[in-house]
Amino acid sequence: MVGPGLGPALENANPLVFRRSGERPVTAREEDDDLPDAIDDREIFDLIRSINDPEHPLTLEELNVVEQVRVKVNDAESTVAVEFTPTIPHCSMATLIGLSIKVKLIRSLPERFKVDVHITPGTHISEHAVLSSTVGMTAYYLKK
Amino acid sequence: MRTREEELKSLGTDFTFGFIQVMDGEKDPRNLLVAFQIVRDLVLKGYALGPFVEELFEVTSCYFPIDFTPPPNDPHGIQREDLIVSLRAVLASTPQFAEFLLPLLIEKMDSELQSAKLDAVQTLSACCAIYGPKELQAFLPSLWASLRREVFQTASEKLEAECLGALTALAACLSHAVLHADTHDLLDAFLSSVLKDCRHHLCEPDMKLVWPSAKLLQAAASASLRAYHHIAGSVLPLLLEQYNQHPQGCNLGPVLAPLQSSQRRTILEMLLGFLELPQKWGHEEGDETVLLDVRGPLCSVVSSALTDPSVQLQVVGVRVLTVLGTLPGLLVASDLDLAVDHLTRLVLHEEDPQSSMAAMEASGTLAPAHPGAFTDRMVRALAQELQTERADEGTRHQRCLQALAAVSTHPSIVRETVPVLLQHLRDLQRGSEPGDTGKMASLCRSLHRMAVQSQHDPESCSFYHRAVVPCLLGLALQAALQEDALLAPGKALLEEEALTSMVPIISAASTHLSPELAVQSAALMVPLFLDGDVSFLPQNSFPCSFQPFQDGLCLAAQRRLVILLMAFICSLPRNVPIPQQDRLLRELLALSCACDCPFAATAAAKCFAGLVNKHPEGAQLDEVLQLALNRLEPGLAEGPHRTQALGLLLWVTKALVLRYHPLSSHLTDKVLALLGDTELGPAAAEGLGLLLGDAPDVLHRGCHADVRLMYRQRFFTDNVPRLVQGFHAAHSDVKANYLKGLSHVLNHLPKPVLVTELPTLLPLLLEALSCLDGGVQLSTLRCLQPLLLEAPRALSPHGDTLVTKFLSLTDSPTMAVRIAALRCIHALTSLPTPGLLPYKARVIRALAKPLDDKKRLVRKEAVVARGEWFLLGSPGR
Repeated sequence: MVGPGLGPALENANPLVFRRSGERPVTAREEDDDLPDAIDDREIFDLIRSINDPEHPLTLEELNVVEQVRVKVNDAESTVAVEFTPTIPHCSMATLIGLSIKVKLIRSLPERFKVDVHITPGTHISEHAVLSSTVGMTAYYLKK
Repeated sequence: MRTREEELKSLGTDFTFGFIQVMDGEKDPRNLLVAFQIVRDLVLKGYALGPFVEELFEVTSCYFPIDFTPPPNDPHGIQREDLIVSLRAVLASTPQFAEFLLPLLIEKMDSELQSAKLDAVQTLSACCAIYGPKELQAFLPSLWASLRREVFQTASEKLEAECLGALTALAACLSHAVLHADTHDLLDAFLSSVLKDCRHHLCEPDMKLVWPSAKLLQAAASASLRAYHHIAGSVLPLLLEQYNQHPQGCNLGPVLAPLQSSQRRTILEMLLGFLELPQKWGHEEGDETVLLDVRGPLCSVVSSALTDPSVQLQVVGVRVLTVLGTLPGLLVASDLDLAVDHLTRLVLHEEDPQSSMAAMEASGTLAPAHPGAFTDRMVRALAQELQTERADEGTRHQRCLQALAAVSTHPSIVRETVPVLLQHLRDLQRGSEPGDTGKMASLCRSLHRMAVQSQHDPESCSFYHRAVVPCLLGLALQAALQEDALLAPGKALLEEEALTSMVPIISAASTHLSPELAVQSAALMVPLFLDGDVSFLPQNSFPCSFQPFQDGLCLAAQRRLVILLMAFICSLPRNVPIPQQDRLLRELLALSCACDCPFAATAAAKCFAGLVNKHPEGAQLDEVLQLALNRLEPGLAEGPHRTQALGLLLWVTKALVLRYHPLSSHLTDKVLALLGDTELGPAAAEGLGLLLGDAPDVLHRGCHADVRLMYRQRFFTDNVPRLVQGFHAAHSDVKANYLKGLSHVLNHLPKPVLVTELPTLLPLLLEALSCLDGGVQLSTLRCLQPLLLEAPRALSPHGDTLVTKFLSLTDSPTMAVRIAALRCIHALTSLPTPGLLPYKARVIRALAKPLDDKKRLVRKEAVVARGEWFLLGSPGR
């Protein structure tokens, strides 16, 4: 157990750890040169699930901060929506996590996509504040 | 101390005291290492410590736990690990330190620093090796409390593993105590306290602390046989009772059932952990008393697991069954029969392939221990299943075949299963329809597996060879000697695929033969092919004679069977004499050059090459090679059979290159010269890949071929300069052939050699990137990627060219080329960063397009590459 006296204590020292899903198996269709593959939820989930949590040596997937069911993508309309769930309601890292997800998606998806990242409703005390600061930081980053 | 031991010892305790005073307050790591060594010698070599034991301990233990970071650019290279190990050796050197050391260790285990805890636990393990129960007695409760706390709170896997190891060491130490009639048995007392604290967790309904408790109990039990009896005797009945308290999943409905199954699975896995422990100590009489007591409940638990609908539970049940079956004397005949029936059922009727495979593997492991039970029940059931005609044959037949192969791990079982498979082959052959090649293929796979499993037992090996090889040959001949063989029913066996899949079987059955049997077999095989002597085959009445080496249009089917000869004769050990070898070589030579059918010609060429490779040095070999050359020259120059001649050339060259024969360079020159030929150039380029690659059927070490060390490097050194020269002198139409040949050669070289040759080859490789041939592009990219990772400095001057070419190749119509190009772009980031930063923006912009590629696999590579380029130049990368 990590106790006090070692710098700022961890907010959530004993998180519940979820199982990591394995690698996505390659299908015969994906290996065919001619047939196109649409971008689906699992593909987006694969992009964000290995992002490391700022506090623990665990990934967002292992902490259940991101789940595949909360990822919605529409390839034809070029939209992506991701809901993430901070591990505890007072998590101060929520802004950082939201920003990491958004940046990863911006860097990994074609430019035509509109990316929307927000906190799962009802899971954080200041979700609106987090949302606006995420948007603001992203705008700053894009301007550079 | 080394040279004047006697004199120093005579100084007595003064020396010890003096040294303590000198060592006190030492800070320099180099001196500390020496000091620790001296203290160790003081103790181990029996210097008089007198009343100064505690002081000696104090002066060394003040450094514990070691907290040392070597300064950067430390010229002495002393690492923290060195100091830790050295100090540990001191502290654990004598039981006299015990009364001071153990409290210190307990205190450090309570500290907050992970490294201190780890160090303390590892030192404890080291101490237990030399301490006795007397020293540990007073501290056992606190030690146990600390170890238990650490394992229950599992901060890190390493710490948990070390704590469990320390617990085992503790228990082992206590186990070695000599018991007197009236002394208190420390081990019993200790284990009782362990059980008291851990047992009840195993019964908890929500199973939170189940795994840590189980691990602690298993660690304590693995210390010694006595400890095992004590703990297992108490825990096993409890676990079995727990299992039965969670009722079977199928009665509970969809929500609760999976939960109960997973709880039962956890219990069963814990049981498995306990059952696997006795394997450490080997077997002695009276060992299994603790297991024999619970045999009945154990068997019923296993049965219930094997019949549960949950697949995971079945798989764990199979594992438990395997362990129980391999413990001698545990299962009685009736239990065994039941077990085999369960396994048979799982193999045949269980839907999920996972349990089926697990059951097959378990059968393979258990069969050597109980061959009778398996032969009587499982093999019989499988054989019957194979014979019954069913509408949905597919999977079940395949499983039968796989299972028959898996269970053949004992000579007596092999004797039963081989005839079953051969009979099935005959049935397939008789009633064969198109589309039977799939069944033929799975049958051949099973036969191959059995061949490989039989290789190591001489009895099985000779039985298998005698049973299978003549049978296969007989069936093939029957099919080939019919009228209009290639159109008749039964021709499935003559298909190239079927014949090719028979090759590994015959090969595996021949590589490990005993010398006498090998000679016997060769004496039968060669006359069969040369003279049509079919006397040794079963059912040897054929409509016409077997003459594969004669000319004649109607003999096309017979000629294909030469591949079976190749499979046998090229797998024999080198010292087996081949009868009529000369004549055989001549016939093979003629067939390989003149035959219209490419399959037969290649088979003959391979057979010829295989024999030439193993032929002893001398006049005969030279004669044969001269004959071959005489045939090749006109054959290559012009005529209808140029491709066959090239094939022969390639295989003979390979045979000679492998054994470093002097003629190999002459032949290699011919191959390289052909790269410029318009008709044969591309085939010659592919041929270079054949020369250096690994063929699965002939000319490899597994079939006793003469393969010299480092033949690839030698080939490279001798021939690449000529390749490069040829490239520069060549006409532009054929330059692609040279590049393809070069990339094949490079792909088979070990990396260190490649890196040293890079400066000369680089211009060629860069030019190859612009070549329009997709194959050349792909092999060049695949060649460049590891080079970028391992020799970045050599490639960094060419950064601009590489970036441009790679980016343009990400547009290629072929998916594989796009993926390889993206991987190379990713690998580019290993080049020194200052050289890459000018390209960063351009690459990131260009990589946006592959992110929208229509193929997912391409997009994946693009994401990885682009992400890495974004991070170029950022701190912490």
